[in-house]
Amino acid sequence: MTLNELSAGQTATISKINAAGSIRQRLMELGLLRGTPIEVVRFAPMGDPIEIKFKGYHLSLRKEEAATIEVSPSPSSN
Amino acid sequence: MTTPAAPLHITSPPAGSGRQAHWLALAGNPNSGKTTLFNALTGLRQKVGNYAGVTVEKKVGRMFNLHGQEVQVLDLPGTYSLSVRSPDEKVARDVLLGTVSDTPRPELIVCVADANNLERSLYLTSQILDLNLPVILVLNMMDLAKAAGVEIDIKNLESLLGVPIIPVVASKEVGLIPLKQAITRELEKPPARTWTLPVEIESEVQALALEFEKAHSMDNATAFANALAALSEDEHTIHENFPKSVHSTIVNAQAKLEATGLDWRDAMVESRYTWIQSICAQVVKQGDPNAVTMSEKIDHVLTHKVWGWITFLGMMSLMFFTIFTVAIYPMQWIEALFGALQSFAGNHLPVGVVRDLICSGVISGVGSVVIFLPQILILFFFIGLLEDTGYMARAAFLMDRLMNRVGLHGKSFIPLLCSFACAIPGVMAARTIENPKDRLVTIMIAPLMSCSARLPVYTIMIATMFPTDAVSNWQKALIMLGMYLLGALVAFALAWLFKKTLMKGRTPVLIMELPPYRIPAIKTVSVHLWNRASTFIRRAGTVILALSIVLWVLMTYPKTPDATPSVALANSVAGKIGHAIEPVIAPLGFDWRIGIGLVGSFAAREIFVSTMGMVFNIEDADETSPPLKDAFNDARRVDGTPLFTPAVCISLMVFYVLAMQCVSTVAVVRRETNSWRWPIFQIFYMTGLAYIGSFIAFNAVRFFFGS
Repeated sequence: MTLNELSAGQTATISKINAAGSIRQRLMELGLLRGTPIEVVRFAPMGDPIEIKFKGYHLSLRKEEAATIEVSPSPSSN
Repeated sequence: MTTPAAPLHITSPPAGSGRQAHWLALAGNPNSGKTTLFNALTGLRQKVGNYAGVTVEKKVGRMFNLHGQEVQVLDLPGTYSLSVRSPDEKVARDVLLGTVSDTPRPELIVCVADANNLERSLYLTSQILDLNLPVILVLNMMDLAKAAGVEIDIKNLESLLGVPIIPVVASKEVGLIPLKQAITRELEKPPARTWTLPVEIESEVQALALEFEKAHSMDNATAFANALAALSEDEHTIHENFPKSVHSTIVNAQAKLEATGLDWRDAMVESRYTWIQSICAQVVKQGDPNAVTMSEKIDHVLTHKVWGWITFLGMMSLMFFTIFTVAIYPMQWIEALFGALQSFAGNHLPVGVVRDLICSGVISGVGSVVIFLPQILILFFFIGLLEDTGYMARAAFLMDRLMNRVGLHGKSFIPLLCSFACAIPGVMAARTIENPKDRLVTIMIAPLMSCSARLPVYTIMIATMFPTDAVSNWQKALIMLGMYLLGALVAFALAWLFKKTLMKGRTPVLIMELPPYRIPAIKTVSVHLWNRASTFIRRAGTVILALSIVLWVLMTYPKTPDATPSVALANSVAGKIGHAIEPVIAPLGFDWRIGIGLVGSFAAREIFVSTMGMVFNIEDADETSPPLKDAFNDARRVDGTPLFTPAVCISLMVFYVLAMQCVSTVAVVRRETNSWRWPIFQIFYMTGLAYIGSFIAFNAVRFFFGS
């Protein structure tokens, strides 16, 4: 499952990042690492981009990049 | 702008003390409150310029340490990492590495971290600690961290990192004295790097660092940091960020790392984070992870599917309505002041050319531009507020999809919004866009946003259209909003066209932080406004003053003895130019007198009002000339029909919406794109559009409304 497939309010843990090159590095530098717990806060009013929350801060990225982040959803998330 | 080549007057340091910092840099993540701290430390003792060769803003201020000695403070652009992704980040990195020709390497780095966001902030901090320069770590926004239940063991963090740590609340100027104390202390290098890379990777990085060490006579720690930054580059970014002489060295080192079969790019980030996480585990106690912050509650409304748009449009409308109503009062005061100046000069100067020059040229010329200062300040106040509260990022979040449709980025929204105040900061703000093509498209369309220099033209034209109070301010504001919308819509259409044709390319990536909402520091807002106001007044006092005099001369000479003022004007140089272009602009509804204004406006749009002031007041034999809109309403064509019909007013406004009439913007675009090709292209396409747009507007209004 990838990050863009989660619904708003759902939490998950990052399992793999498939982005390449400098985008991959920037995502990791911002703290999106394997094992990082993450929450999808909301989708922008027009469906894109996505707002996510991790390590205590909020970041927005487009679905296209979110699709490169593999996650395993938390079991009890609603 | 000049930068001290060396630290300033270190004449005789107090007895017993070692070397102290006289040249320090503030570094930190975007939104860490770095600029707020800069303002708190330096107040109004600031100079804003540019780094040599690039157009990144360079802010240097002065402060005094506790021994009363002057310290120069450099506010570096915000960056998340020393692996750079934009021209701004490159400048920050290069200054820290000491490779910028006009900026000496800082003696001390004050690293600003958001206490609420310690883990991510420590990423840049740890890269800075690698540089072997004295560092002070400032933990900003301690009040918010406390409110969120975040506890940081500062003593422990200090001993783990080995550098002084100063908790502050920059917006409330809390903690500045301890910070100044730390700055006054003698310089001390941080302990050697303790985080490590996997052995094979470490040895390759060291090998590259040795090459840098030899080639650039750097110390080993700096060379190692440089090597890490170099290795993180992509093939296509290497040549932008590193000198040609080292390309092959870097590429070879990357190839060797690739040959190890390890995930070396990931390891460079992960190793550092492993170290950071072990530190955070020891010193940070997080607040309740399920607590909903105030910011999140606000975002619930401001980024909501329905309420988000309503508040967005509401804020924009409020901004323009305020410009239209509140500004009236200070504008009346300024008008009265310049009127008094004019009659004072008129009464006290001997009759003659000098009196005419001072009264009709200088005072009315400068006065008719300075009168718009209140509106411009209100606009900058709102934009500053949107930026400092953190709303600007939400606006980009809301707008990204729309911008995406025309192939742009939510981040382009900010330069474009700035361009509503002035295209110059707008074009310069485009530097935060990483992709060069997108940056170019944004620069090409930015001047279509109605800047504050157009406001005088819109204001006077709308006032001329509705000379009585029969029409409410709301309706006037609506017409003005229409002009702003026209510029924006044309800009988006062109962005789409450019992305499809001239500057083909994929839509750039959006990775943008949404910082918590903040109440802006009064100081930040007022420093911002002060810088704007002084720039504007300087401009009015120099460029506009000079142009007013030139235009006055053009409109006065050659003199026609014993002629009525309008005949004299028709025979002047300006009148001849106006007459010469009249056949070209007649289809737009303009006569030669408006032609004079258009010619003058190619220097700067706001000149239009002062030029028109001169054109129509000259026609007035009476010394006490009526306000400009009355003069406009009294103006007649040769056949006796009114000159400024609604169709002409609209046509003129549309022309000003679309035409590129600003020498300063042309100069900035030339500098930003590093060629004459793009600014020249911009002048032609915008002026062509303006001609077509005005022609359509003029004929459409006449067709539908018969006037």
